[in-house]
Amino acid sequence: MTTPYNTAPSDNPSLTNGSGAAAIFSAGVGCFVLAVLAILTDKSALIQRSLVFYKPTGPLSGVTTVAILVWLVTWAILEWSWRKKTLPAGRINAIALALLVLSLIVTFPPVGDLF
Amino acid sequence: MVVLAWAAVLSGAYGIYPWYRALPPPGASDLSMFPQRLLMSSPATIGWHSLGMEWKEHVSWFAPISITMVAFVFIRYGHDLRNHRQLRAAVLVFSVASLVAAGIAGFFGAEIDNHAPVQGGNTIQLSRGKAK
Repeated sequence: MTTPYNTAPSDNPSLTNGSGAAAIFSAGVGCFVLAVLAILTDKSALIQRSLVFYKPTGPLSGVTTVAILVWLVTWAILEWSWRKKTLPAGRINAIALALLVLSLIVTFPPVGDLF
Repeated sequence: MVVLAWAAVLSGAYGIYPWYRALPPPGASDLSMFPQRLLMSSPATIGWHSLGMEWKEHVSWFAPISITMVAFVFIRYGHDLRNHRQLRAAVLVFSVASLVAAGIAGFFGAEIDNHAPVQGGNTIQLSRGKAK
């Protein structure tokens, strides 16, 4: 007896898309938070001082540490609440990609200096 | 790739970058041990810091964040990813973004090192170039 194996995409995926959407969305959020903190650090001496977690590295240590924490916490919360759900992945991905593109643009110094 | 991406940004931020941004003692005229200040001391090289390093030090972190997400989705879904066209598309875009971010960081890292080689402390020397 042979078991038929269908290689074509199925209309009924065995896993919901919630877990993947959570990972993708939180990655976009993490990149965007890093970009925003980078700009804020450049504009505010107070924020710059408060984000010096490791003096030899300067405010970059705080910018990246906070961004990574926000990314991981966001990911954990979304994973917990979305993992069993099927979500409108197109919309979530679009927001995540927009955040990623914005992050790439605003970290470019001539653009960041406009704020 | 995930391990390499994280190793690159962590070693860069906490190993190399402190050497790069070290402040010279007041009145120092020889800035060869202080790459950031050396670059900023000349209008011909200041752009390598104000544009190159300022962009590189932040954009490089997008690579490990993105590639970690990509690895997670591949491991979580495996072959089932073929059933999730939208997830595949997003993963592909983040993979490309990760490569672009790493490329930007690598390019500026190499160029900055060409213009202001990091020499480090008293015993560790990463480069030993002569002035042209």
